[in-house]
Amino acid sequence: MAQLLNQPKPLATSPLKLSPPLGAAMAFMGLDGSLPLFHGSQGCTAFALVMMVRHFREAIPLQTTAMSEVSTILGGMENVEEALVNIARRARPKVIGLISTALAETRGEDIAGDLKLILARNKDLAGTRVVFVSAPDFEGSLEAGWAKAVTALVDGLAEPAPARREPLPRIALLPGVHLTPGDVDHLKDMVEAFGLEAVALPDLSTSLDGQVPETYVPTTLGGTTPDEIRSLGRCRLAVAVGEHMRPAAEALHAKTGVPTVLFDRLCGLEAVDRLMVTLSTAAGCPVPPKLRRARGQLVDAMLDGHFFFGGRAVAVAGEPDFLWSMGHLVTEMGGRLAAAASPVAAPHLAELPCEQVVVGDFDDLEDQMLEAGRIDLVIANANARQLCRRYGTTLFRSGFPIFDRLGAAHQTTIGYRGTRDLIFQLGNLLMEGHGHDSTAAPG
Amino acid sequence: MNQAKIQELFNEPGCATNRAKSDSARKKGCSKALTPGAAAGGCCFDGAKISLQPIVDVVHLVHGPIACEGNSWDGRNSWSTGGDLYRRGFTTDLSNLDIVHGGERKLYKAIRHAVEIHKPPAVLVYQTCVGALIGDDVAGVCKAATERLGTPVIPIDAPGFAGSKSLGARLGGEALLQHVIGTIEPPDPGPTDINLLAEYNVNGELDQIRPLLARIGIRLRTAITGDARYRDIAAAHTARANLVVCSQAFVTLARKMKERWGIPYVEGSFYGISDTSVALRGLVSLLVDRGADLKLAARAEAVIAEEEAKAWKALAPYRARLAGKRVLLYTGGVKSWSVIAALQEIGMEFVGTSVRKSTAEDKERIRSLTGGDAVMIDQLPPREMYRMLRDGEADLLMSGGRTQFVALKARTPWVEINQERHHGYAGYDGMVALVRQIDQALANPIWDQVRRPAPWEG
Repeated sequence: MAQLLNQPKPLATSPLKLSPPLGAAMAFMGLDGSLPLFHGSQGCTAFALVMMVRHFREAIPLQTTAMSEVSTILGGMENVEEALVNIARRARPKVIGLISTALAETRGEDIAGDLKLILARNKDLAGTRVVFVSAPDFEGSLEAGWAKAVTALVDGLAEPAPARREPLPRIALLPGVHLTPGDVDHLKDMVEAFGLEAVALPDLSTSLDGQVPETYVPTTLGGTTPDEIRSLGRCRLAVAVGEHMRPAAEALHAKTGVPTVLFDRLCGLEAVDRLMVTLSTAAGCPVPPKLRRARGQLVDAMLDGHFFFGGRAVAVAGEPDFLWSMGHLVTEMGGRLAAAASPVAAPHLAELPCEQVVVGDFDDLEDQMLEAGRIDLVIANANARQLCRRYGTTLFRSGFPIFDRLGAAHQTTIGYRGTRDLIFQLGNLLMEGHGHDSTAAPG
Repeated sequence: MNQAKIQELFNEPGCATNRAKSDSARKKGCSKALTPGAAAGGCCFDGAKISLQPIVDVVHLVHGPIACEGNSWDGRNSWSTGGDLYRRGFTTDLSNLDIVHGGERKLYKAIRHAVEIHKPPAVLVYQTCVGALIGDDVAGVCKAATERLGTPVIPIDAPGFAGSKSLGARLGGEALLQHVIGTIEPPDPGPTDINLLAEYNVNGELDQIRPLLARIGIRLRTAITGDARYRDIAAAHTARANLVVCSQAFVTLARKMKERWGIPYVEGSFYGISDTSVALRGLVSLLVDRGADLKLAARAEAVIAEEEAKAWKALAPYRARLAGKRVLLYTGGVKSWSVIAALQEIGMEFVGTSVRKSTAEDKERIRSLTGGDAVMIDQLPPREMYRMLRDGEADLLMSGGRTQFVALKARTPWVEINQERHHGYAGYDGMVALVRQIDQALANPIWDQVRRPAPWEG
């Protein structure tokens, strides 16, 4: 049980928080033929776009309503309309995610109402689904925006299960924002290993996995199609990953009647075992041999790796469900979660196996680390690099953003295989920091 | 926002483009109207932050919701030879309650906290759209904080929705002029002190310039703002000459420093060999005019002759490798013609160069260098750029990070040449470094393999 330290403070230093519109835009990156649009000033878009470009090392389609001082005061409906029509004409996307920012929300625009009028009077928009997501920057962080976008997509596009038709042998996946394209890819593989189809919403594994297409595409290429979202109601079961996906899972159940199950995490032996039982039941078949072997490999990795985790002090910072996953794995391997920070409060963080979780920024993490004394390893995004350099602590880059390393999109930490590899990577870093590095020259 | 101030910034007599305009065109200002749904680029706040953040020893505090700083901090490659305070993100992270109740008290507390913990020589407070929209009086809070805390707290009034990135940079310069420059009298003003305006020490480029200045006998008071210390900028008015490296951002600042303190300025560039020499000569001539030792000019000529010879010698081996290679240059920031001249010198050809932010004078020089208008591009949509590269109309794209993936997805070599680049290209050494980088990009063995279709594709 952890104490949640949530003291409001006037100054955030080295922020851990990211903006919810960024999270929402990232969700739309996992839709095929999509182009999200921020309703705000052009900087709102530029900053979010640059962050995603640096992390994924891909071109990111993201537009702006380009609000000026005058249009902000007079109201932004005209800008929204002009932007939607321009995008529809130039890029012909299947879906536009219209995402509000702090700027539009502070003024208090009735964007949903405006959108109805705009859609009614513009023929140009007939071929494009416009999904509105209210994601003001001043409420929540990355997870909040991502979850709101997925919920809006379910509410806007999914259709109820047709009566008297058997569900398809298909599993709907609702991955949280802490799952990388590599994670989603692996999750789909596991589902398919049971002879089931998998549809992920959103699906970054087919849009931001790094492909070199043969033509120029101004929208996303790959990801969940609108048809796949529409027919989510025909799935046998929906699997949501991460507590922040609960509202989306509930919305899907309410809209389509598909039974849903929520996994708080898919990193760690027991957690993956639970997934295997669920999938085995849904498929009506035993766990396939390949996954049984993978389980064996993970058990062996735990046996080989536990020496290097035992008694070691680890600090983790990130969005609540990222912290939840990493924090549990570290303690399950015998490490101590000596410092933990999240940008926003989430009730389940009180269940983390550590003394305190601080809601705040990297500065708060630093304070906790100082109190804890020696910290052997920090697990956080690339923004932790400055504090790790100051204290000479090793940083394992994970989460978002990772702008100074290659392969962020493919880092896989779920399932038996992902957990196994994560244990190896963390274990190697801990080994190095402990004088176990056999390649080091003596003296 | 103060509309009169924006108007004044747009009507810059020191700007050649502005001078060439009709009266009515001048009144419209130089920011192009943004098209919703088809706009690219940063906002006014972004521009102000880029132009001021390189001041390394102050707290840069952003008064706004999380997006403005949370989504951008530690993202720029301006280097410091001192501390890293400037790289840490500071923000009031306005919440919904702050927006309801107003953020002024929070801002004051944030400033106080930052001053107590970090004891900086100053705090720069950046206004953002939301702070402006809820009517927070940032200037008033800064004034009160300055008086009570005894540390200069400077308002940077450039909220995102006020205009373009370029306007933001100018507003940043305006804030320095209004609140910082001239507030400290240094004990050691010298006859060869200069400032470099709009030099941001991207990837440590100052290290390619400082040694040249030192050898000539010119003392750099400060760059505004690369690797700058607050106290040096406050004493920048004692310099004897200014060199404006990027006129877009700081030509107004240079003109006003001339008016207020009589500091003459020259516009120049450290990109390209001949341009570096021109810039150095320009500086020396200003200093000598103001009474610096005449030997300065002789020393400068000696350094220029030696460095130019060294640079050309270093470039010579690349001529055989790079002659005939076709470059598409797409950038706004770096003065295009100066790079063109140097690359042409070693035999490279230009199939296109963007002139989006070039002045009439720049365009004239590009015209005379490349022999026509054909290569001048105002806007190149990504789709068309992709087609050009895919069809092999250019061997190399040189551009900013935004178009990186257009080149890479077209399986075309790419060299980065803007703010976020990872190599310094200034001065004589910098030009050699750029050519080396181009050579490495073109000669990399991957191109052969990645362009080949998979065995199962025809």
